[in-house]
Amino acid sequence: MGRERALATAVMTTLDPKSRAASRGMSDIAIRNLFIIPTIVFLIVFNIFPLLYSLGYSFTDFRASSPAAANFVGLQNYRELLNDPFIWTNFAITAKYVIVSVVGQVIVGFGVALLLNRDIPFKGLITTLLLLPMMLSMAVVGLFWKLLYDPSFGIINYVLGLGRFEWLSNPDVALYAVAITDIWMWSPFVMLLSLAGLSAVPKHLYEAAAIDRAGTLYTFFRITLPLVAPILMIAIIFRTMEAFKTFDLAYIMTSQPTTEVISIRLYKMAFQEWQTGRSCALAYIVLIMVLAITNIYVKYLNKVKER
Amino acid sequence: MTQIELRGVQKWFGAVQVIKDLNLSIEDNEFIVLLGQSGCGKTTTLRAVAGLETIDEGDILIDGKPVQHLKAADRDIAMVFQSFSLYPHMSVYENIAFPLRATRMKKTDIDKAVRDVAQVLRISDLLDRRPSALSGGDMQRVAIGRALVRRPKAMLMDEPIGALDAKLREEMRAEIKRLHVKQGSTTIYVTHDQIEAMSLADRIVIMHEGVLQQVGTPEDVYGHPQNLFVAQFVGSPVMNVAPAAVSDSAGKASVTVEGAGEGFAFPSELLSKLNGSAGKPLSLGIRPEGVIVAHEAAEGFLPAEAHIIEPLGSYDIVDLKFGSQMLRARTRSGFVAKAGDRVFARLDPTQTHFFDTASGQSLGVKL
Repeated sequence: MGRERALATAVMTTLDPKSRAASRGMSDIAIRNLFIIPTIVFLIVFNIFPLLYSLGYSFTDFRASSPAAANFVGLQNYRELLNDPFIWTNFAITAKYVIVSVVGQVIVGFGVALLLNRDIPFKGLITTLLLLPMMLSMAVVGLFWKLLYDPSFGIINYVLGLGRFEWLSNPDVALYAVAITDIWMWSPFVMLLSLAGLSAVPKHLYEAAAIDRAGTLYTFFRITLPLVAPILMIAIIFRTMEAFKTFDLAYIMTSQPTTEVISIRLYKMAFQEWQTGRSCALAYIVLIMVLAITNIYVKYLNKVKER
Repeated sequence: MTQIELRGVQKWFGAVQVIKDLNLSIEDNEFIVLLGQSGCGKTTTLRAVAGLETIDEGDILIDGKPVQHLKAADRDIAMVFQSFSLYPHMSVYENIAFPLRATRMKKTDIDKAVRDVAQVLRISDLLDRRPSALSGGDMQRVAIGRALVRRPKAMLMDEPIGALDAKLREEMRAEIKRLHVKQGSTTIYVTHDQIEAMSLADRIVIMHEGVLQQVGTPEDVYGHPQNLFVAQFVGSPVMNVAPAAVSDSAGKASVTVEGAGEGFAFPSELLSKLNGSAGKPLSLGIRPEGVIVAHEAAEGFLPAEAHIIEPLGSYDIVDLKFGSQMLRARTRSGFVAKAGDRVFARLDPTQTHFFDTASGQSLGVKL
């Protein structure tokens, strides 16, 4: 009896946060801090500190490979980078990549979501299977697709009957080949969000539209699309940010100058040429650009949401 | 000119039959109200007419043409939903214009039609607003406007004011009536609220468990209910129903309500009018206003005890106890002073209904 009662009391105190805190002499605030402080410490040590430290480096000529002390050079790094036509080529390549892959993902992802947004057998299973690509590691996907694209034994040329077509070593095609891989991998993400958006459109609006004699296309463009737009916008924001800083896929799959997106340039500058100070400056330029693009989207998102 | 006819309509949801052999003919310009409890099949019937629901058997005819195989868009019928179903991302103007734009009408014609309808519904100053910025009543005006703007063959309304609060409901009820009188179109209106039904309908269609119970004018269903369900569903407070026996006492009819002890005196022609049915178990139905209450004993009055008094302002509802039988009476306000008072009451023969207890059907006795 006594043991059972003790056990019951123990369970009760475990379940009731107040009494548990009281038994240890801790206030709610103390418990909150207990949970929050490790995260904040982690963030400061691994994110905030390097961020600020690299901001400092971006104004110096520091090289991590040399023992020489860093000299303050002011805005020289930024000035030189922004005047460097090669850097702008990298940005142009990145922009092309972002547009192709995000547009592709939205078309494929939203299209598949439209197909799935109805009563079909095995809907859950199909959805789960379709999500698999985005659960894979980028490096693994890159290696897989390198094999698929292989000119001599790759299945893509075989299926499309393209003979020994060069995908990844052809400077005109390589960037698109990488973008196609990215589309394959990340369309499921857009599909998932679109599916959530589509299922949130009230069914009675479609009934009202049917009564109002609206055709399928009219209903799609006037009802479905505007109502899914906010959540689709969020998917686009995520994918744009990710595509903008793409590194692994492009780095693993090809080494063409035409596929040198800005992250690869940054990597080479920092860890092959050891221009640490300069690369910090470039990283900041990229950060500001991503923030600017995201801001445009967020503004548009808020406008869409107002409706 | 739009007539709607339902012939032998049947509808199942899985194993449950929600509409059972429904036959109904609706005249041009008529305002028909489908009345019944939730789950009685009234909304399903309406949706079947609209084309939002398929039917399993029977025909739906609009102007004599079967339409049960046509899509909603091809039936040229407008509908107002209980949930309003306004397009949240469009302004009031765009909402009303939607059915016209969907059929690619000329812009100037659309503009004129929308503004005309807005004026009729008194929402001209709301045209730029979003639905989310409107009150419930205005939302429903917009929904009605969207239905009216295309001058449809018929209007269907699914509990259009059910989601509004009581005061607004009364206001909108009057407005819908005004609109119908002014614009005139064949209308089917679904509600579970009998007051709405009584005040709006040209004819009321009462449904229960998928079966049509009675079709008739409001006076008809109130004054001559065809069965016990209709008798107790229509009217508030609800009709008194009690098992009763009719006997012949020296040439006069005497109606004994079970548990009430003595019988109430009725005109002798009751005996002849009941012929054949007198032996069967009967149910007597009488609305509270048919129970006449007096302070003094008189010929034909039976003593009763006031049990509960509900003051309702212009009148009181008094629960009277005759022996072990309870009958509710409607009296002048304050007529019975307090519970426990002894009063005398009789039943008004002209307002008394007799039903066959087994089948629930009215015996059609009119005194």
